[in-house]
Amino acid sequence: MIPAPFDYVRVKSADEALAKLAEHGDAAKLLAGGHSLLPLMKLRLATPDVLIDVGRLSELSYVRDEGDEVAVGALTRHHDVATSPVAAAGVPVLAHVAGQIGDPQVRHRGTIGGSLAHGDPASDLPAVVVALGGTLVVQGPRGRREVAATDFHRGFFEVALAPDEMLVEVRVPRTVGPWGFHKLTKRAQDWAIVGAVAVTTADGLGVGLINMGPVPVRARAVEVAVAAGASAADAAASAAEGTEPSADNNGSVAYRQHVARVLVRRALEDAGV
Amino acid sequence: MRVTITVNGTVESHDVEPRTLLVHYLREAVGLTGTNVGCDTTSCGACTVLMGGESVKSCTVLAAQADGADVTTIEGLARPDGRLHPVQQAFREHHGLQCGFCTPGMVMAITSLLRENPAPTERDVRLGLEGNLCRCTGYHNIVAAALAASADPESRS
Ligand SMILES: Cc1cc2nc3c(=O)[nH]c(=O)nc-3n(C[C@H](O)[C@H](O)[C@H](O)COP(=O)(O)OP(=O)(O)OC[C@H]3O[C@@H](n4cnc5c(N)ncnc54)[C@H](O)[C@@H]3O)c2cc1C
Ligand code: FES
Ligand code: FES
Repeated sequence: MIPAPFDYVRVKSADEALAKLAEHGDAAKLLAGGHSLLPLMKLRLATPDVLIDVGRLSELSYVRDEGDEVAVGALTRHHDVATSPVAAAGVPVLAHVAGQIGDPQVRHRGTIGGSLAHGDPASDLPAVVVALGGTLVVQGPRGRREVAATDFHRGFFEVALAPDEMLVEVRVPRTVGPWGFHKLTKRAQDWAIVGAVAVTTADGLGVGLINMGPVPVRARAVEVAVAAGASAADAAASAAEGTEPSADNNGSVAYRQHVARVLVRRALEDAGV
Repeated sequence: MRVTITVNGTVESHDVEPRTLLVHYLREAVGLTGTNVGCDTTSCGACTVLMGGESVKSCTVLAAQADGADVTTIEGLARPDGRLHPVQQAFREHHGLQCGFCTPGMVMAITSLLRENPAPTERDVRLGLEGNLCRCTGYHNIVAAALAASADPESRS
């Protein structure tokens, strides 16, 4: 399987990438690690006319300690987040989850920015960033703006990025104490059928769900129940409230909702609830 | 477009279409057919090569993305005097292959794993090979070969 023909440009800076996006508009796509985009292009489900390769922008590949927050450049590969001492110290859940994505080869190529911008609700990192209450830094011709992670995912494979904008940074608050992350897969290397994450930051408990709707879900009902003193088991009973997971050959809606309650209970227990 | 890639220590330069996948570049432009295409969908790992010393699935990398990089394929592992690389030798000694289709990718994935984790446990090896499928062996002897190779410090080079 070979992608449809396209023009390829490799840029040397984020500014140059933005200039190229402005020039080509909708016809162009950024290429980061290519581990979501190239498979789609090989299946001809995506046929961009121009690929703007930002994969080597070292200026956007970093994990930085910024006091109350950890800042991760959009082009940081999963492997580099997973092995970052700064991530391990400040947001260990992020390092752990990055190390659980796909397989080593995928983690050597895929990036955090690509994972968030792609908008696949079965992806792991978006739900973690949502649970953490993170912030996404977006750059475009109108300058830089910040978007709360909870507002970034708009629909199935749809995110709050204009065609001339790019994601440049992901910022997450430091976590406090233990955390929990569980995903159910039937085979090694698969995407989560359902996943759950529980974290505590200075703002309190955050619970996120993977693949329980068209966008990553923040399980507010669970958070409220825990704040009111509920046990992990009691709070997890409301994990599937308001969720609209899809049904497919990996599971029905009811099955996914059941699994969400089980995984949230486990994640809460790991997080010390 | 022109891409220049150092393959197994030799500088290769070719005109390719931007959509050329690294695996096709290696097999067709460079003529090294040791790297196999299995699934063609980033799942099986048969196409695994080292890029900048790290394992990647070459069916999901453009040759254009590898422009300027160092790539190592299964053909580049044996020593110049013909001695097998310790991971290859361990596959031979531990019967780590049957049909051999997955083997180039397995060997490259293990070489990358040992560079990152020189003293892996059995679990580390099994998790490290999550991206490589084998339809014959049941994995047991592949894991045994990886663990045996890890005892040889030369397996990291
Ligand atoms: C076999 C396999 C298994 C996988 N398993 C998992 C898994 O278990 N869990 C999981 O979460 N993911 C999984 N993935 C997906 C993987 O994490 C991808 O790497 C990730 O989703 C996309 O990152 P990328 O850098 O490869 O993005 P690309 O494929 O390069 O880009 C994806 C999309 O995002 C856009 N984009 C990329 N970067 C930016 C940016 N900075 N600003 C704006 N737009 C941008 C691109 O234009 C494109 O539309 C798997 C992938 C494969 C191939
Ligand atoms: S051929 Fe590349 S992963 Fe199967
Ligand atoms: S030896 Fe036949 S696929 Fe692995």
